[in-house]
Amino acid sequence: MTLLDVEGLSVGYGAAPVLRDVSLSIAPGEIVTVVGPNGSGKTSLLRALIGAVKPTSGRIRRKPGLRIGYVPQKLHIDPTLPISVERFLRLPGGIPHSACAPALERAGVPGLSRQQMSSLSGGQFQRVLLAHALINRPELLLLDEATQGLDQPGSAAFYRRIEEVRRETGCAVVMISHELHVVMSASDRVICLNGHVCCEGTPEIVSSAPEYRALFGTGTGGALALYRHEHDHQHDASCGHDHDHAHGDKATEAAE
Amino acid sequence: MLDDFMTRATLAGIGVALAAAPLGSFVVWRRMAYFGDATAHAAILGVALSLALQISVFAGAMAVALAMALTVTILSGRGYAMDTLLGVLAHSALAFGLVAVSFLSGIRIDLMAYLFGDILAVSRGDLAVIWGGAAMVVGLIAWRWSPLLTATLNEDLAYSSGIDPRREQLILTLALAITVAVAIKVVGVLLIAAMLIIPAAAARPLARTPEGMAFIAAAIGAGSAVVGLRTAYVLDTPAGPTIVCVAAICFLLTSLFRSTRRAGG
Repeated sequence: MTLLDVEGLSVGYGAAPVLRDVSLSIAPGEIVTVVGPNGSGKTSLLRALIGAVKPTSGRIRRKPGLRIGYVPQKLHIDPTLPISVERFLRLPGGIPHSACAPALERAGVPGLSRQQMSSLSGGQFQRVLLAHALINRPELLLLDEATQGLDQPGSAAFYRRIEEVRRETGCAVVMISHELHVVMSASDRVICLNGHVCCEGTPEIVSSAPEYRALFGTGTGGALALYRHEHDHQHDASCGHDHDHAHGDKATEAAE
Repeated sequence: MLDDFMTRATLAGIGVALAAAPLGSFVVWRRMAYFGDATAHAAILGVALSLALQISVFAGAMAVALAMALTVTILSGRGYAMDTLLGVLAHSALAFGLVAVSFLSGIRIDLMAYLFGDILAVSRGDLAVIWGGAAMVVGLIAWRWSPLLTATLNEDLAYSSGIDPRREQLILTLALAITVAVAIKVVGVLLIAAMLIIPAAAARPLARTPEGMAFIAAAIGAGSAVVGLRTAYVLDTPAGPTIVCVAAICFLLTSLFRSTRRAGG
């Protein structure tokens, strides 16, 4: 029994489709990481999963009564809005006072409940967002670049915490990240997205897949990965392809 | 008791303040101050139309305010910068309203009464409309409080909890139109936004929760209405603007309170 089934999902704003023909399913208790360059539709995919954007075609089937916890990419609280951590955790309602302390503890920030949200550090803020997602005892946790603004040790600690949460509660996790090397070790499965599913599998399989290398390069060189992304899927032989890239294009064409 | 015009005026002012407080808090949190302005300015067109058609001013003002608010909501997704759009719509609605009023040659209407309010002339019927409208606004917002708050914090967070933020926006829009319609008589179209924003902004330094801010804003708004009316009576100043002046002084005081507290601790 899967938690979530996505079949032939396409999403577009206006003329150009952001996602086309994406199919995937999420099983209970697995950690799935979605990687992809900027503009590859990662966030659109997650927004479609929570129902914030309507698919132009395809469908998303949820297990009936599925409880979802969602950690947004960023959450800006206007300085004019006074709100304590506890009040925030108990939104949008129906959450008892007694659920707050365990959720904060599970997220790794016990004892914050009386603080104002505006007084939290970046790392504490992200943990409180995680606690908010966990408070409803979700079966599926969705995280959208949840470690933006954290330094590398901070985000590594965050992902370790996610693994522990999965172990403690058995919830499935779908997360988006650009910090591939940090996230990969924690994932059971990686989906490489670039408008469509380029490749998917275990972290080892994906990181050695030619499609993945075409998108991100072989090393950590960010500039190189970006360059390759910009020239990806042009299907234009005149622009000085390197061997690796050409290989990647062929493979994705085959996949399409 | 309601025979005294000062009593009626005070009750009218308190009624508007109570509706404006929770709504005004959302207007401040969501940065909709200009939106409130545009909706209020459009109401003068509603006043002109209802006088021409001989329907209730309350109904006319509310219909036009609602139409304005919906137009802004729809157009805001179409690529204009929000402040440009509101600037265009607010002032053109006001201008069209003023021009439309000038066509009503048969009726001598006191334009000033609609621009700046005429709280001392509130009748028992007006009072019923004001309190009825205020009760509706408070009821609407109390009913949707948590979903509204969630949608205000983050739209995607709302979606993931099964809340449609567009629906919550629509509820605020409706509450805004009702408030504008009932507040015309009290402070006039030019100062309605002030009654929404100033008490809420004045309450901010004193509040630690969203609910607390709405309650404190209600107290500040109602207090400003009472003190403002008294002051207007003693000094013989226009009542609506005097109420707004008192609220503005409250804002100044609480802002000073915050900065001294910050400096001290």
